Amino acid sequence: MKQLTIISGKGGTGKTTLAACFAVLAENKIIVDTDVDAPDLHLILHPTILSQEEFSGAKIAVKDKNKCTKCGKCEEICRFNAIRDLKIDYLRCEGCGVCVHICPEEAITLEDKPTGYIYNSETKYGPMIHARLKAGMETSGKLVTEVRNNARKISEGGSYNLIILDGSPGIGCPVIASLAGTDLALVVTEPTLSGLSDLKRIVGVAEHFKIETLVCINKYDINLKNAQEIKEFCEEKGIKLVGMIPFDPEVSRALAQGKVVVEVSNGPAAQAIHELWDVVSRCLFHSDN
Amino acid sequence: MIISVASGKGGTGKTTIATNLALSLKNCQYVDCDVEEPNGYIFLRPQIQESKTVYLPVPHVHLEKCSFCGKCAEFCQFNALAVAKENILIFPELCHGCGGCMVICPNSAITEENRSIGVVEKGKASHLEFVQGKLNIGEPMATPVVRAVKDEIDEEKIAILDASPGTGCPVIETISGSDYCLLITEPTPFGLYDLQLAVEVMRNLRIPFGIIVNRWGEGDSQLEDYCLKENIPILLKIPFSRDIAMLYSKGIPLVQAHPHWKANFLKLFEGIEERLGEATHHH
Ligand code: SF4
Ligand code: SF4
Repeated sequence: MKQLTIISGKGGTGKTTLAACFAVLAENKIIVDTDVDAPDLHLILHPTILSQEEFSGAKIAVKDKNKCTKCGKCEEICRFNAIRDLKIDYLRCEGCGVCVHICPEEAITLEDKPTGYIYNSETKYGPMIHARLKAGMETSGKLVTEVRNNARKISEGGSYNLIILDGSPGIGCPVIASLAGTDLALVVTEPTLSGLSDLKRIVGVAEHFKIETLVCINKYDINLKNAQEIKEFCEEKGIKLVGMIPFDPEVSRALAQGKVVVEVSNGPAAQAIHELWDVVSRCLFHSDN
Repeated sequence: MIISVASGKGGTGKTTIATNLALSLKNCQYVDCDVEEPNGYIFLRPQIQESKTVYLPVPHVHLEKCSFCGKCAEFCQFNALAVAKENILIFPELCHGCGGCMVICPNSAITEENRSIGVVEKGKASHLEFVQGKLNIGEPMATPVVRAVKDEIDEEKIAILDASPGTGCPVIETISGSDYCLLITEPTPFGLYDLQLAVEVMRNLRIPFGIIVNRWGEGDSQLEDYCLKENIPILLKIPFSRDIAMLYSKGIPLVQAHPHWKANFLKLFEGIEERLGEATHHH
């Protein structure tokens, strides 16, 4: 069983588009959307939800007004400014429990905070696990881990040989959770100035966790000079640049219709993605033989 | 006045709006709160004059006082401590810095030490004041850095806060306390879906907000129908154009290449002022 995580450092670089294409092109795979903050893969793969679970990845302090004597000790000790005017702000509370401990009246308890939903679904390309974090909820890292656990459960006993993970943007906790223990990271970047700076940071993260990394440039022909710079950066770092996808209006056309570009087009982008998948799958399964 | 710029999703043009709006205003401060991937500097090219390290307290256990009772590890909600036979393991990346283990230890064996998790940088970009935060690589917790960035907000100025993408904790930290929030979206099914999540957050936080549509012209009318139905104002539309994409890829602000855009951003700001005036008037 191999795991491939597709990441980008930043949203909007075409990560989900590629994940969807790979979901179509790969065999015997499970598809996982770990972008729990803004999951989009379901908008192109149209899964049928088989079951849904509520997820509580965090605790929250809850106060019993009747027991509270308004001594203010909780407010004083909370380092997150989550208690103001004796009221607990559920968006700020990190669920650390210090107030529970300090309260002389035992007026505060820690309770589970429902933070999101996990969906076990089926698409025409195989099983898919995705989730939705409730707006403004933290611990997306834990939710990502839980989503991945669900995928692992499904993989047991099945004939699957690959898990494709659509990673989350950024370099923070959800990304780290989507990278942990994966076999290969594919970074999707764009030839913009911010693209290069984001690439450097995300490559740093992958390096930090010692994960083999490949890079592909989406819309490389929008700025050939920057594409060249990305190429040089990869050479310098000894990272394989495995794909150059041209700007192709067919991609946004397919997206706007909620379709996967390799399903509906044989244009330049679709062809480049076919080639990219050949290389990526070879990298994934090569180390076995 | 604090105006934050957010989007349900990355890549919608948030930084374009935030930087161009900041460049169009007088007496303004651009504050990049996207501490995981700050990009505003690429367009504003500031001169950094000051840099402050952001610290988070983590426990330090004095083993000579420790009785290995395990109370600290039991208390910690984030599994940042583990007590072994005659040693204590601390996982600094997991520690939220709540100070609870120190409070709970019966032997006063725990003190705190500062751990650097990022940096706040301040400078100038021509007439603009510039602030940005950077989270250290491999560090999972962005919120404390965002908090440190927000400490630099100058209340005498118009502060434009560039939030990170999504609707997660760093975004909430950024936009809470804003007078107004601009939500950037695209006229596609994705744009609409992500926008709906962002709108939910705005309504939870009770922050007045309006929409800016980027790459206007390609997509469908679903977005407009939604805004109309939900009574959400669309404040500005930026057309889909290869020229604007090229400028972006080169890190050139729109208002610099096409000064007539300044008027659009000024009008946008005046529109916000007016809306806020109305809001205070009605309540
Ligand atoms: S609570 Fe104090 S004495 Fe007990 S294991 Fe922790 S550090 Fe040691
Ligand atoms: S300070 Fe809080 S989060 Fe950090 S180790 Fe102690 S109890 Fe855990």
